[in-house]
Amino acid sequence: MKRLRSDFSHLFFVFGFFMLFSNVCSDLVISKLDRQIDVSSQIVRFTTSLKVENNGAAAVSKVLLPYHENQAKNLAFLSVKITEGKGKTKTSSDRLPVDVIHPEGMPPALTWYAVSLPKELGKGGSLTLEVKAVFTHLLTPFPEKITQADAQLVAFQDGAHYLSPYTVKIQSLTVKLPEPKVESYTRLENTKFSGSEIKYGPYENIPPFSHPTIVVHFVSNKPFSVAQELVREIEISHWGNVQVTENYNLVHAGAELTGEFSRLDYQARPHVRGASALRSLVARLPPRAHSIYYRDEIGNISTSNVWSDSAKTLLEIEPRYPMFGGWRTAFTIGYGLPLQDFLFKSQGKRFLDITFGCPMNDIVIETLSVKVVLPEGSNDISVVAPFPVKETRETKLSHLDIAGRPVIVLEKTNVVPEHSQNFQVYYRFSSFSLLREPLMLVFGFFLFFVACIAYVHADFTISKSSPSYIAKLQWDEVQTAIQQFQNIMNRVLVIHDKLEASLRDLSRTGDVQACKASRKAADGFLKELSKELKPLLSFLQSSPQALQIMPKVEELVIKENDLQEKLMLKHSMVVDSYEKKSGGRDIDNRVAAVQQKITLLRQEVDDLLEVIDEI
Amino acid sequence: MAAQETSQSATFRYAFGNVLSFSVLLLIGVMAFSIRLFSVIKYESVIHEFDPYFNYRVTQFLTKSGVYDFWNWFDDRTWYPLGRVIGGTVYPGLTLTAGALWRILNSVNIPLSVETVCVFTAPVFSAFASWATYLLTKEIKGPGAGLTAAALLAMVPSYISRSVAGSYDNEAVAIFALIFTFYLYIKTLNTGSLFYATLNAIAYFYMVCSWGGYTFIINLIPMHVLLCIVTGRYSPRLYIAYAPLVVLGTLLAALVPVVGFNAVMTSEHFASFLVFIIIHVVALVYYIKGLLTPQMFKVAVTLVVSVGMILCFAVLAVLIALVASSPTKGWSGRSLSLLDPTYASKYIPIIASVSEHQPPTWPSYFMDINVLAFLVPAGIIACFLPLSDASSFAVLYIVTSVYFSGVMVRLMLVLAPAACIMSGIALSEAFDVFTRSIKFHLLGVTQNPQDNAGDTTNVTQNDVKSEKSEDTIKERPSRKSKKKEKENTEKPSLVSRVEKKLLVLPLETSVIAVFLLVLLGAFYVVHCVWAAAEAYSAPSIVLTSRSHDGLHVFDDFREAYAWLSHNTEVDDKVASWWDYGYQTTAMANRTVIVDNNTWNNTHIATVGTAMSSPEKAAWDIFNSLDVKYVLVVFGGLVGYPSDDINKFLWMVRIGGGVFPHIKEPDYLRDGQYRIDSQATPTMLNCLMYKLSYYRFVETDGRGFDRVRNTEIGKKHFKLTHFEEVFTTHHWMVRIYKLKSPRNRIRGKTKKSKSQKSVSSTSSKRSGTTKKNPWQ
Repeated sequence: MKRLRSDFSHLFFVFGFFMLFSNVCSDLVISKLDRQIDVSSQIVRFTTSLKVENNGAAAVSKVLLPYHENQAKNLAFLSVKITEGKGKTKTSSDRLPVDVIHPEGMPPALTWYAVSLPKELGKGGSLTLEVKAVFTHLLTPFPEKITQADAQLVAFQDGAHYLSPYTVKIQSLTVKLPEPKVESYTRLENTKFSGSEIKYGPYENIPPFSHPTIVVHFVSNKPFSVAQELVREIEISHWGNVQVTENYNLVHAGAELTGEFSRLDYQARPHVRGASALRSLVARLPPRAHSIYYRDEIGNISTSNVWSDSAKTLLEIEPRYPMFGGWRTAFTIGYGLPLQDFLFKSQGKRFLDITFGCPMNDIVIETLSVKVVLPEGSNDISVVAPFPVKETRETKLSHLDIAGRPVIVLEKTNVVPEHSQNFQVYYRFSSFSLLREPLMLVFGFFLFFVACIAYVHADFTISKSSPSYIAKLQWDEVQTAIQQFQNIMNRVLVIHDKLEASLRDLSRTGDVQACKASRKAADGFLKELSKELKPLLSFLQSSPQALQIMPKVEELVIKENDLQEKLMLKHSMVVDSYEKKSGGRDIDNRVAAVQQKITLLRQEVDDLLEVIDEI
Repeated sequence: MAAQETSQSATFRYAFGNVLSFSVLLLIGVMAFSIRLFSVIKYESVIHEFDPYFNYRVTQFLTKSGVYDFWNWFDDRTWYPLGRVIGGTVYPGLTLTAGALWRILNSVNIPLSVETVCVFTAPVFSAFASWATYLLTKEIKGPGAGLTAAALLAMVPSYISRSVAGSYDNEAVAIFALIFTFYLYIKTLNTGSLFYATLNAIAYFYMVCSWGGYTFIINLIPMHVLLCIVTGRYSPRLYIAYAPLVVLGTLLAALVPVVGFNAVMTSEHFASFLVFIIIHVVALVYYIKGLLTPQMFKVAVTLVVSVGMILCFAVLAVLIALVASSPTKGWSGRSLSLLDPTYASKYIPIIASVSEHQPPTWPSYFMDINVLAFLVPAGIIACFLPLSDASSFAVLYIVTSVYFSGVMVRLMLVLAPAACIMSGIALSEAFDVFTRSIKFHLLGVTQNPQDNAGDTTNVTQNDVKSEKSEDTIKERPSRKSKKKEKENTEKPSLVSRVEKKLLVLPLETSVIAVFLLVLLGAFYVVHCVWAAAEAYSAPSIVLTSRSHDGLHVFDDFREAYAWLSHNTEVDDKVASWWDYGYQTTAMANRTVIVDNNTWNNTHIATVGTAMSSPEKAAWDIFNSLDVKYVLVVFGGLVGYPSDDINKFLWMVRIGGGVFPHIKEPDYLRDGQYRIDSQATPTMLNCLMYKLSYYRFVETDGRGFDRVRNTEIGKKHFKLTHFEEVFTTHHWMVRIYKLKSPRNRIRGKTKKSKSQKSVSSTSSKRSGTTKKNPWQ
């Protein structure tokens, strides 16, 4: 507290110094001033309405608003509007342009903002300005370290009088506290504390630069969630999606936790032991947001909830652990948005119209960078932002990119919820570029298949006239020939088996006619097969490669013919005997010799086939 | 003309068959990949368990710093203050594979994160593994068996347990490397091509890079070579398959830093060199046999044998002396525990303390390979009919892997491919017989129906049997008619029933058998999907429980790690039991004292000792190690059974193994481990007990531990040297900070040489001597 006061007492010397200059500024007089300071959250909002009158002769086009340096460096947002009327009939104009100026002779402890009026204020004219200023980091935790059981106390300091280069006729100040609990506050004349409000004033005829300090020390258990860094990446896909990814680096900037953290105490009495802990954050996402995720670098964080209706999507997230003062965390949330809600066309150009700030309330962002990733091939890019931002360009390589996607990086420090205004990115993008990537894929696969076909059909043998290559070709031919030869042989054997089978049928049924018929069929088949065999054999004979197999093949053919003969013989014998109605044993006796030979031959033929097969 | 037509139709059929099997293989690959995605769908795309986190961290380092830095990486964030040379002590195969994948993807502008690549490496490689299985089985028993085996492997639970998405462990790529090496070996054996032999050596190199299990290959292949030689199956092809593998493979293996000279110096590799010598002797003998006449050869043999015996004995003696001179007899602890299952529990508690190093129980066989266990015998029989070089290898593979899986539950993973190959062979042969029988009957019926009855009655008698007999019966066709099958399929119209009489089963039996086999397969599929979805997909860092009001998620581990990573200094040291070392370094990015790479037993014993010491002694130990935070896992509030209190006896054992003042009986009451009021004072005063149960009694008023199902023994106590800084939502992880010494100076000072033990506030010290290992 002492430190704070000394700051201000130092200031008073300075003020005395420019009392002399006050008249130089202009002849403006503030006839009525009403100030409201809302310190209910970590974001301090000053709402000031001032009625300005021009008592001088010259017309005035600028109104000066000085802020103390401490405040000015934490000034996140400043808007000045002209209001007319009162109560329900109150209307306000657009925001007036505000510039930082450095008037000569003024000490550096003040920062001056000049509001340019839309039209000059003539002699005797008056208007009402509404100044809305939003500050961050104005509340100082005091004490700086608390235990888990303590409530978080913060101190706020400002002047009881409005700091102005102009004379203020009537003014009053209201400080709005989060809770009706105040540790201490500066008592001046006309100070009133009621409920959760402290009222100073009204004070009359206060000269310029009068600035008696007030300090309010009060309980504020709202968590001071500060995102030290937030990177929002907005990626546009013309296939119908706007993907937003937000990387938070969060810290609880309130009074630091010292000593033990007891989960037991926290779970038993969460609002006493851990009153100022940050439990959850609510992000207000646009309607129809989909594919929402919430994770950090080690995976998904399961403590989140989503509600949605036609106006909004609410995402409630809890950090992995309750955040006490001084604790940090980092996480990522991401969601997809329908393209048609955010991308529009105008004058041949497309433009993205999307909010700049983060979707969470009550969060201060120290450094916000918004990256807009446009589709590859976008050009003629321009950005329209409602407030000054630092703009840089990057390129990002992603799926199927060749040149890379243009990325617009907008950076801004000290961002508060008031900055959640829409900004526009204009660019040109031809619809044909949309098809480039699928076409690339199609073409790529096409080429791949063509290459495959070409490879399969082409012959990559190095030398086609070498003897080994020719030998290999010939050997292949011989092999196919032998294969066919084997096939035929096997079929012949099958026919033999059929004949045998018909004989067996005969022995069971005695149907001679059927047996004869099958014999006839078999004869026909065999003849055909022997015809097929001939060209093959002649080929094999002619081929030099087949020399070493040839003897076996020939042997096989001979044996097979033999077998066939014997089989026919047996068949006719059996059929004959059946026709003569001989007895079963008789037949067996007659056939026995032939049968023996047949089995023997069959065995040999099988063996030979196997030998040939092994080649 | 007719011949041409048939050949044309044959080529068409072949082409059709090729396309069909190609698409089947493709689908098998897709299935192998997608069945492993349950973990991503049910949970999230996250790295699982413990070791994968280390691999993930190494991969992150590799992708960030490049290969050369990776080889030289000295990791100072673990094993504080010793550090660990990661590049020289890690099998780099998995990391390099994932790193290369990531680099390739990024170079073609597919910006996947390292984590995503790591998560999906295992499923991708299991698809590769099933294709490798197809190739291997095709070499052994033909494409039909290959496809069946590939399909079985794609979903065998044992393999799924190690390769679900997120299970980023060495085994994920190693199983593929193992099967592929075997395939190339068999391929070389079948073709005798030097090209495949070279590829084989390279595949072996990849396997060495990937997993310590490569010793299985380098012992199994020599065994098979020896088997072939003994059974008189020596051929030049065998020589080509083996000799280059040993020479090239050993040279390549020595290139891997973690193996290095072990490739020629440890006993695990001796078998291969011995067989290498033997195969050369045999080759020489065969060569000489070709040169000499039989009589001369006989003389030469007697001469050589007598001289050779003497030489061999001499060499053997030298070898034995060499091996005996080394302390562990040249075997590493894990290998020794393979040969002697009781070795680990006797000598190395740190190996025995890992659950996956325990012998498996019978149910785990059913759980992990399911119906394959019943099909394997049939497959073995099929391999003997006819016994070829390749099928003898398959038999040898299954026999050895069954043994190893019986020793260590982890090696069930090696058994799984063997079981799949065998079952694939069995199933495909069975289907072969049955479908042929059915086809034969159906075609036969159209020709002459009256004939069927006779045939069927003959065979039915010996066919009203169980499936096993069917399996044996079905082998018969494969023996005789392998070549005839081809012709049969080409010319079905000419099929002769009579020729096939012996090989054909009756229609009804076949249909029923096919139906039963399909049922069996369906059961297998159902089981596998269940296992993949329910049993093996939990990432173990996230736990879930189903209650009446829906799914409840326990995400305490990550809560604690996130807290550590954001709210402590970067250089703070965190002490915990070694199980959580990898996760702490990977997720919290904090330096740990010990981790899951249990290379320094003394260091682990130090942490064990600290955990089992009273507060003051523990503080001294931790403080001497620069520890700032102590992390314990406590399941007593929610009933999470694998917490530190349940692991505590291992800490005592391992600590006591090095520091004898920690005695296991001090922590046991009548040989029983308990934490209730009957527990020993040593137990109730040790750091682990206190950190676990600090203020626990205030949760429900009586301190009921839901894991141990008892009330705790000592309920109200204060911590003097530690303070609670964080406890997770379900109390599963509790983090304590060591109080700084300045705050402790109160009470009387004790005379001591050591600066650290200036004060002695811990009046709870028991009378036993407290020898601080760090003084």
